[in-house]
Amino acid sequence: MSDQKMTIHLKIWKQESENSPGRLVDYTMDDVNPDMSFLEMLDWLNERLMNEGQEPVEFDHDCREGICGSCNLVLDGVAHGPYSATAVCQLHMRKYKDGDTIVIEPWRAKAFPIIKDLVVDREGMDRIMAAGGYISVNTGAAPDANSLPIDKYHSEIAFDYAACIGCGACIAACPNSSASLFTGAKIAQLAHLPQGSPERKRRVVMMVDKMAEEGFGDCSNYAECEAVCPAEISITAIAEMRREYVKALSEIS
Amino acid sequence: MTATKNGILNSKVPEGDLHEIWDLHKNNLRLVNPANKRKFHVLIVGTGLAGASAAASLAELGYNVTIFCIQDSARRAHSIAAQGGINAAKNYVNDGDNVWRLFHDTIKGGDYRSREASVYRLAQVSNNIIDQCVAQGVPFAREYGGLLDNRSFGGAQVSRTFYARGQTGQQLLLGAYSAMMRQVHSGKVKMLPRREMLDLVKIDGKARGLIVRNLVSGQIERYAGDAVLLCTGGYGNVYYLSTMAKNSNGTAVWRCYKRGAMFGNPSFTQIHPTCIPVSGLYQSKLTLMSESLRNDGRVWVSKKKNDKRHPADIPEEERDYFLERRYPSFGNLVPRDVASRNAKYVCDEGRGVGKTGLAVYLDFRDAIAQFGVDTIKARYGNLFAMYEKITAENPYEVPMRIFPAVHFTMGGLWVDYNLSTTIPGLYVLGEANFADHGGNRLGASALMQGLADGYFIIPYTLGDYLAENLHTTKVSTDHEAFETTEKETVDRINRLLAVKGKKTVLDLHRELGQVMWDHVGMSRNREGLEQAIQRIAELREEYWSNVNIPGESATYNKYLEYALRVADYMELGELMARDALDREESCGGHFREEHQTEDGEAVRDDENFSNVSAWEYRGDDKAPLKHAEELDFKFVTPTQRSYK
Repeated sequence: MSDQKMTIHLKIWKQESENSPGRLVDYTMDDVNPDMSFLEMLDWLNERLMNEGQEPVEFDHDCREGICGSCNLVLDGVAHGPYSATAVCQLHMRKYKDGDTIVIEPWRAKAFPIIKDLVVDREGMDRIMAAGGYISVNTGAAPDANSLPIDKYHSEIAFDYAACIGCGACIAACPNSSASLFTGAKIAQLAHLPQGSPERKRRVVMMVDKMAEEGFGDCSNYAECEAVCPAEISITAIAEMRREYVKALSEIS
Repeated sequence: MTATKNGILNSKVPEGDLHEIWDLHKNNLRLVNPANKRKFHVLIVGTGLAGASAAASLAELGYNVTIFCIQDSARRAHSIAAQGGINAAKNYVNDGDNVWRLFHDTIKGGDYRSREASVYRLAQVSNNIIDQCVAQGVPFAREYGGLLDNRSFGGAQVSRTFYARGQTGQQLLLGAYSAMMRQVHSGKVKMLPRREMLDLVKIDGKARGLIVRNLVSGQIERYAGDAVLLCTGGYGNVYYLSTMAKNSNGTAVWRCYKRGAMFGNPSFTQIHPTCIPVSGLYQSKLTLMSESLRNDGRVWVSKKKNDKRHPADIPEEERDYFLERRYPSFGNLVPRDVASRNAKYVCDEGRGVGKTGLAVYLDFRDAIAQFGVDTIKARYGNLFAMYEKITAENPYEVPMRIFPAVHFTMGGLWVDYNLSTTIPGLYVLGEANFADHGGNRLGASALMQGLADGYFIIPYTLGDYLAENLHTTKVSTDHEAFETTEKETVDRINRLLAVKGKKTVLDLHRELGQVMWDHVGMSRNREGLEQAIQRIAELREEYWSNVNIPGESATYNKYLEYALRVADYMELGELMARDALDREESCGGHFREEHQTEDGEAVRDDENFSNVSAWEYRGDDKAPLKHAEELDFKFVTPTQRSYK
C-alpha cells in the first residue's frame, strides 16, 4: 500500500456516436494512487469530471477480475496495455511512473462500430458463435457424463482454447482486424473433443464464412493477436481452424 | 393431492416421500402440446447460468423466447466469475455420496432455513447437469483414464465437486451460452443485449410484459409476452463493495417486488472470509480468493492492539491464531460465516493488520516449511500470482492480508415449488430467487442451482402455467398498462436527472454501502438495525434531492444506468435491515448479537423462526407487511451447528 500520489497525463478518445468525428482529449490527474487499478483511475477521473459539471468518459467494464471480457482499452497502441496475459481491469497504476502520459483508445475494427467514446459494438462476435460455436445437444438428451472417456491430453488442449474470454483484443490488435484467433479458439476446442464430431465440418464452414460476412479480415500470420490475448490463447488455434476448414471443404460436396 | 399451504404463500409442494415428490409433481403438471408451444412467447431477463439455460431449454421445446442482458454480450453475465466448482451426487469416487447426502449437506449448511422438497429436487437433478454440460463440450477436469475428476469442498465429507481449473463458472456459462446461441441461430431465441429491464407490466394481475431501456440509444422499449422469467442474479452491490460485477444489480427483482411479488429472506447475505482487503476510497470492487487457501494458510493477528510491526518481527508467542484458539476441532476451516465474523471481531478490537487495520493475516509460512515452496506453488500458484498482481506483495514471503466481503445473497424473490412468484406468470430462477440455500450457501452450490432451475425445473413447471393460459387473450404493447408503466418509468428517469445536485451517485452509494456494512453486515443488533433503517431513509431523501447525474436520458449514459440501480438499493437496503431486525435469532449468515451463547456462538430459534420471511410491498408510505412460510421438517431433524 502506498500514500504516494502520481501525476498522470491522459489522452482519451472521445466520440459522441458512431458517425460523429472523434478526437483525443487531454486530462491530467495529480492524485493517482499507485494501488489503483487502471479502471479505478478512470472512475476517479469521471468522478472529478462530474463534480466539475463535465461529461464523464464512457468505457465498458463489468467483473473487474479479468474473466468477463467486457473491458476493452487500447493503451499506447497496445490492446489491454503493457502487462502481458492481463486484461486491462487487472492492470494497476504502479506499473506507471509519475509524470507518464497514456493514450487511451477504443478497439478499432471495421466490424466494431463505436457506440460512444471507448465503447464499441462487439455483437459480430456473438453472431459468429451463433453460426456454429456449439454442440447440438438438447437439454435432457445427454448420456452419463462418464460414458465417454476423453484422454487428458486432448481434454487439456481443449481447455486451453476454451479459456477465451471473448474480449476481442485479438481483433483490435490485428492489422487486418481478423477474428481468426477468437473463432479458431472455439473451433479448435470442439475439434479436440469427441462430442459434436458429426457436425464438425459444418461448424467450421459456417463459422469461418460468418466471420468474413461480418467484416472481419483474413489472417496473415502477424501473430499480434496471440501477443495481446489476456487468456494466452495460442495462435495454433488458427492453424487448427484452417486445417479443419480445408478438410471440411475437401469433403463437403 | 394436498399442497402445503401457508396463507397466501402456497408452496405447492405435494405430499409424498421426499424421493418421489418431484416425480409425483411432474406427473401432475399440465402439458402444452408441441403445436401450441409455438404460440407462446416467453420473456427472460438475464443471461447467466439460469437465464441462458432456461432460454436454450425452452426454445428447444418450441417456445418463442426473447432474452435481455445488460452487458454487450450474453457471455459476460457474472456467473462467468465463479471459480471453484459445481456439486453433484454422482458418487464417481465411491466415497458413499448420494442424493440424500447432497441434500442433507445443503440443507444443514443452510442452517435449516430452506424448503426440504426444493433442496432435495436440487440434489436429484444435480447429476443431469453434469451429463448435460459434458455433452455440450464443457472441459471439466479429468483423470488420466479419461474419466471426470472430483475434489472436496467446504461443508461436505465427500468429494463431489466437478471443476474446470479455477474457471468453472466461465466454462459452464459458455456451455449454456452456446446452447442458447444455437437457438438464436434457429430463430427460436431473440437475444437483445445492452437492454435493462426497468419495470414489469401486469395485466389482469398477470405478468405480461416488460419496460426496458435500450442502453445504447437510451430509448424506452416495450415487450409483451405470456410469461416473464427473472434470472438477474443477486443484489450484493447494495453494500457498494462486493465481489459482484460492477453492473450486477437488484433493479429487476426490486421492481417486481413493487409490483406485488413477495421478497423472501432479504437479509440473508453471504460474506466470504477470504477476499483481498480494501486499499483506499477509490476501491471499486473486491476480489475473492478461493477458500481452498484456508486448507494450508493459518489465520492470525497480533495479540497487541495497533501493532504496527512487520509480521516477520512479531514473535510466535505474540501472535493470536484466533480461529485455531476458538475452534480447536475445525481451526482455520470453520464455515464461511464463522471465519468472517471472527475476523471482524479482532479488527473491531483494534488488532486488524495493514494500513487500514481492516485485515487479518493468512500465513503460509508453516505450510511452506512443512511441504516446500513447490508444493504450495502447485496448489495455489495462480491465486498467489493474482494476489501479488493486485497488492504487489509476495505471499510466499509476507503473509497475505485478507478480509471478508459480500459475495452472495441467499435472499431473493419468494417462489413456490414451481419457481413462480406470487404474481402469476412471473418466475424467478437462480440467485435472484430466495430458494434452496437457506441462511447460508455452501461452496459449489450456486452454479448447481442456477443450472438446475434453468435446464431441469422451469421447462416442466412453466408449461403448467401456460397450459392454463392457452386461451388467455394475447396482449399488444399498445395496451394501456404498457402506456402507464412506461410513463412511470420515464417520469422516474426524468425526476432523477432533473435533481442536478451536489453529490455523485458514487458518493451516495458509498454512504449507503457503509451503513449496510456496519449495521446489516456480518454481525447485527437491534440498535444498529434501527439506526440503519432511519439512516437509509435519510440517504434516500438526500439521493432524490442532491444527486448529480450527468448527461441525458436518450443517449448512452452509464452513470444514469447506475443511478437508477442505486435508487432501488436505497429502498432495498431498508427492507434488508427490516428483515434482519424482525428475525430475532441467529442463523447462517444472519448473526444477531442478542442471540448468541456465552462464548459467542449463534443461537437459532426453531420455535419461532423456522420459516421463510416473505415481505409484501404496500406502498412507499407504508411499512411492508411480513408473511411467513413455515418450514416443516419431516425428513431431517434440525440440529445446532458446532465447530468447537
